[in-house]
This record gives sequence, structure tokens and C-alpha cells, in this order.
Amino acid sequence: MAKVLVVTSGKGGVGKTTTTAALGAALAQRGDKVVVVDFDVGLRNLDLVMGAERRVVFDLINVVQGVAKLPQALIKDKRLENLWLLPASQTRDKDALTEEGVGKVIDELRARFDWVICDSPAGIERGASMAMRFADEAVIVTNPEVSSVRDSDRIIGMLDSKTVRAEKGERVEKHILITRYDPSRAARGEMLTIEDILEILATPLLGIIPESQDVLRASNVGTPVTLSNADGAPARAYIDAARRLCGETVAMQVPTERKGFMDRLLRRRAA
Amino acid sequence: MEAAVKPQRQMVRLRGRSYVAFVFTPTVPVHDWLQEIDATIARSPGFFAGRPVVIDLSSVDLSQSAIGHLLTSLQDRNIRVLGIEGVDESRLTQMMPPLLSGGRSCVVEPSAPKKPETKAKPTSLLLEAPVRSGQTVIFPEGDVTILGSVGSGAEVVAGGSIHIYGALRGRAMAGVNGHTSARIYCQKIEAELLAIDGFYQTADDIDAALRGRPAQAWLQGNTMRITALN
Repeated sequence: MAKVLVVTSGKGGVGKTTTTAALGAALAQRGDKVVVVDFDVGLRNLDLVMGAERRVVFDLINVVQGVAKLPQALIKDKRLENLWLLPASQTRDKDALTEEGVGKVIDELRARFDWVICDSPAGIERGASMAMRFADEAVIVTNPEVSSVRDSDRIIGMLDSKTVRAEKGERVEKHILITRYDPSRAARGEMLTIEDILEILATPLLGIIPESQDVLRASNVGTPVTLSNADGAPARAYIDAARRLCGETVAMQVPTERKGFMDRLLRRRAA
Repeated sequence: MEAAVKPQRQMVRLRGRSYVAFVFTPTVPVHDWLQEIDATIARSPGFFAGRPVVIDLSSVDLSQSAIGHLLTSLQDRNIRVLGIEGVDESRLTQMMPPLLSGGRSCVVEPSAPKKPETKAKPTSLLLEAPVRSGQTVIFPEGDVTILGSVGSGAEVVAGGSIHIYGALRGRAMAGVNGHTSARIYCQKIEAELLAIDGFYQTADDIDAALRGRPAQAWLQGNTMRITALN
């Protein structure tokens, strides 16, 4: 049974696209057939993070408008057999997304894939509402900051009222994914704590992704972080999150400040 | 071969049916009587609208032109006359409603007054989910009870009191219809704004010592008081 998963947040720059790529790759590595769909029409990024920007011919808008067939627009990942990308258009804007057209594309994708992961644009306007419209599940990407948490709260309200499932009286299964978690800042009390975030959002936690240079490096070389450095802390956190999405029970790891050999040495000297 | 099929002859069916009509009995002077009608219409406009009306002329002796004048006067008042009785047929013209006979009196039941709604409108609203940022709950009819938190940027507006079994991080406005005895209760006060009957306090005005504690807000004269619940 195919699942449509929307990766959303309300606020921009919190890591939706990184998360879409990382979860998509992690799920594909498990053997599921996965497509990641970029809904950020006009400001597409997912093709860059996936390293497929040089192979884009047709896009989501072409398919929505019937200019191209779905197989023509799907781009197969070079590293993973089961991973595909449906890019957004860079030249159009979000008004080109019609509910009917998007619904048709999602239905077609459901028939071909196990996971349809929709990368939502920031905001609460047409692009974001179309990305979540047909979702069965949602990953709400949140940074440990008050502005991000409040925007996430707003998005959860929309998921509970503006989706097809909500209108039918069913519920969209929601998960919180905390990204850019900085253990050293958390230790100094400069960020919202995990408990605070979960208390405000009253939604189950899918995972905590530590702030890391790995993520930036992976985006720059166009590789999902779960593939570029699979042993790194963020990759492991994403892989655990993907396992939880599949229903596995995996113990939650709260990232802690890692003391390297040099740190310990220096600390001793300072003391 | 004949192409056209003979149309089948349709039988004309005649059925009798009886209706209840209002009977007007004009009295002289007709002018005064018409004023009486006007007064009835003024009291309840549309009283005669769509009702069949028959004029009984047995108690007056009107000429053909006087009958014609009476009919137009009624027409001007949107009363359409279905038939006339109690007059010699020779006094009626072709254009006038037909002469009726054999009418029987019956009791016209006044149309039943609208039944008062059997279910009284609910005076309280219960929400079992948190109110999220950007959502607005408006319930001017009475109290609002929320089993969950009210997020930052959310708004709850109630005609009566507001009860929040969770944290209040957004805005709560109670007693919006001038209900000064309305109160706001919450398990954890982190509100952006509290208002009762138009008197309000913002987060800055709320005593910092109360933050995060169970609290209630009420009006004491023209000042809002916020105190810990326990």
C-alpha cells in the first residue's frame, strides 16, 4: 500500500529539502520504491540536493498540465535503484498547481511507488497546501527555536483541517522531526529543549537530527546525507527516523556533546 | 405504408376537488370596509398573500360598475378574487371572476405558529484537541472548554467563560458580549493576551511570577485581576 508523506514546516530554512532527500534515500536503501516530489515550484532545490539538476527535462507542472507523461518527468537516481525524483519547475509559480492536476499525479505515483515523499515549500500558501493536500502522513520539520515551533503548530492545524483525509474525517499521521539540534547550545540552555517542543506541539517525535557540517557538505555535492556519510551522526539519525516511519521501534538518541581526544586533553590542561 | 402513426386519443379526466377559501363580506360604505382590510394587511403583511378569496355580496346591493370598482381595489392590495357569490349573474361581466354557489362554512385553522425549537441552543462548546497557532475559536453563545493547549498565535473568543485544561499560549477573550462576570481559567498561563468584556492585559502586563502556573482572570470593576488558582 503506497504512502504519501509530506515533509513540511511552515518556516523556511529548517531542513525540509535535506530531510526529504535523506529520508527518501534511507527508505530506498531499505528496498522500498521511493519517489521524492519537489513542490517548491519556482524555487526548486530538491534536484540540486539529489544531484540531478543536469538531467531535468520535464517537471511536475508539465505533468500536472498534461504536457508530458509522468514517466518522461521522473528522474532515476544514479546511486540507488529504487529512488526517483519528480522535479519542480523553476520558471513557473505555485499558481500553476491545480488541485485536480496534483491529485491525478499523486494517484499515478501511488500506483508506481511504495513511498511518495512530497517536499513542501515554506509558507502556508498554495504550494504548501497542495503538497499536504493528499498526504497520508506528515513529517513536520522543526528547529529548536520558538519561531519554528510556532510555525510548526500552525502547519499541524492545517494538516488537521485542510487535507483530503481531514475533510473525510480521517487523520493524517503526524511526526515531529527536530533538526539542527546543537547539543552544546542545548547544554547552555540557549535552545528550546526537546521536552518543551513536544509539549507545545503535542505530537509524537520521529527523530532528532544534530546540527552538523555533514549536512551542508552533502547538499553542496548533491548527495542525500544518508548516502554521503552514512556513518555520520546526522545520517544515522535519519536512518533511524526512516526505520520508525516503517513501524520499527528504535530507541531515541538525544545527541550529546561529543568530547574528542583533543577536547579532553585541552580541558584537562585548562583545569 | 403509412408513415405517420395515429396519435392515441388521450382521455380527458375530470375530477372534483374542494378547497377552503376566505370569504369576504363587504359592507356599506365599501370605502370604510376597504380601510378595515388595509388595517389587517398593515398588522400582518402577506396575510392574504396566496390565499384564495371569495367575495360574498349578499349583504350589499352593488351595481355592475361598483362591483368592478371593488374588484380593482382588492387587486391593488394584491388580493386576487377567485369567485363571487350572493349576487345576480346579470350584474357580472365576462371579465369578472365566476359566480359561485353551494359554499359551506368551515373553520379555517390558522396556520400553526412556528414551533419553538425543541432543542435549546447549546450554551457551551467542548474542544478535545489543542487549538493550534493560527486557528480561531469563536463561540459568542457561551462558555468554551478546551482539553488541550491553546498555541501561540491562536485565538479563543467566547461569550461566556473560557476553561483551558492545558497551557494558554495564545489569546483568550471571554465575555465578548458584555458579560462582565465571565472568567478565564487555564492550567498554565503563558498567554499573549487576556481579555474580558473588552478589558485586556498583554503578556507584558501579566505578573512574571504567575507564568507557567495555573491561573484565572476575572474582572473587578474595571480592572482585570489575574491570580494563581492554587
